Amino acid sequence: MAIAGYAIGAQFGYIYVRAEYPLAIHRLRIAINQARDLGLLGKNILGTNFSFDVEIKIGAGAFICGEETALINSIEGGRGEPTVKPPYPAQVGLWKKPTNINNVETFANVPPIILNGADWFSSIGTEKSKGTKVFALAGKVNNVGLVEVPMGITLREIIYDLGGGIKGDKKFKAVQTGGPSGGCIPADHLDTPIDYDTLNALGSMMGSGGMIVMDEDDCMVNIAKFYLEFSCDESCGRCTACRVGNKRMLEILNKITEGKGEMEDLEMLKELAETIKDSSLCGLGQTSPNPVLSTMKFFYDEYLAHVKDKSCPAGVCTELLKYYIIPEKCVGCTACAKVCPVNVIHGEPRKVHVYKRQDV
Amino acid sequence: MAKYDVDEVKLRQLEEYIDSLEQKEGALIGVLYKAQEIFGYLPKDVQLFIARKLGITAAKVYGVATFYSYFTMEPRGKHVINVCMGTACFVKGADKILEEIKKELDIKEGNMSKDGLFTVDTLRCVGACGLAPVVMVDGKVYGRVKIEDVKGILDEYRE
Repeated sequence: MAIAGYAIGAQFGYIYVRAEYPLAIHRLRIAINQARDLGLLGKNILGTNFSFDVEIKIGAGAFICGEETALINSIEGGRGEPTVKPPYPAQVGLWKKPTNINNVETFANVPPIILNGADWFSSIGTEKSKGTKVFALAGKVNNVGLVEVPMGITLREIIYDLGGGIKGDKKFKAVQTGGPSGGCIPADHLDTPIDYDTLNALGSMMGSGGMIVMDEDDCMVNIAKFYLEFSCDESCGRCTACRVGNKRMLEILNKITEGKGEMEDLEMLKELAETIKDSSLCGLGQTSPNPVLSTMKFFYDEYLAHVKDKSCPAGVCTELLKYYIIPEKCVGCTACAKVCPVNVIHGEPRKVHVYKRQDV
Repeated sequence: MAKYDVDEVKLRQLEEYIDSLEQKEGALIGVLYKAQEIFGYLPKDVQLFIARKLGITAAKVYGVATFYSYFTMEPRGKHVINVCMGTACFVKGADKILEEIKKELDIKEGNMSKDGLFTVDTLRCVGACGLAPVVMVDGKVYGRVKIEDVKGILDEYRE
């Protein structure tokens, strides 16, 4: 950041950290103090005329504050709502002054480029996406954690070589990239070399660098529902399409996972998703339908199973589970009848039980 | 000074904090943090006090307090349990952990246990995806939590 400040003639910078990361804040404070002690921050850095200092601003639990204009509003002490661009922060930013705003990862790339040269940096990665990328590999893989890989690596290399494959030797189903509004990528595309463009082409994105692996036990409709719940929670409420549209989509997904879905609902989902994408101001709204669109594209059979057959292939959506008693195996131990929350199992001890619902 | 229906000593403490700030512009979120730390939550009168003290409208304070999920206007239990509901934790069954905690504390409505000892909440990603599923109690992180672990974790905080 001090280098960026030197380059553009700025004397002060803010680091915006989520309140959910207390350890990161603690370590940053230590690092900033050490840098000040060494004369790398503060007045007259390294004996020059250049002065630069930083202050940590702590977030307060709003996902949208990752959007640059929302982040600026938050630093100013207001609601973290995005504003219309242009003007871009570089023109009118913090306190209405021109502001340079970047991710930590971007800044972290600068010193090695200065030290090793642009040619060195450009030799890593793909034609359009240079350098390395850090992914947070998580979910159903054996090795979880942060991985820094060259751009252009395949998903298969990350998941099977670095990640050590799927936990419990289960079958891979999908990998979700880019945080809550990225898309789910199925097994057919595991060998795609990943960069910004290929991920976008697959209906996902690089986004936050999150990479969550899902296996055969995950229901993709339920996953899409989970992401929508997130987007509904975190929508700042400014644009109608995002505020109301995501809610309507969630209602439809709730219906589908409860076995009340109809074919028109799937059409409606798609239409809403496209509308929200087109008519939202910021990145959150524009990408929030991605999980639904990508799962509908790659896992349409699961949607059909929920809507037409009223069944959840992964056995996740409890409303769609079907219970039955195998008479040959039932010894009448009464254990199932005792724990049944809705009292639909009937029978005498040591005799074969029957499953009978009162309402049907 | 107008009368505020809150603890005088605590209010004085908050006032001292606000007076100590060099710059009042942009300080609202930091002030709300401090206020929540002192009072445990943000009652209406505290918000009003902050608004007058910073020279901004009460609507602005209320707007910010309701926008960010960190701030609460309801009193909270002695210990605050946060279940991470980020994606990594979700696919590892965080929803079932949350259910178990609520069952163990006998919470049916709202999110506070009847004895006022615990408040259960969710948050979106604590950045410890490698430890999923994650539960935080008063800032202490428990990783790779299993349903069987829930009772043991809660017992640590029960007197």
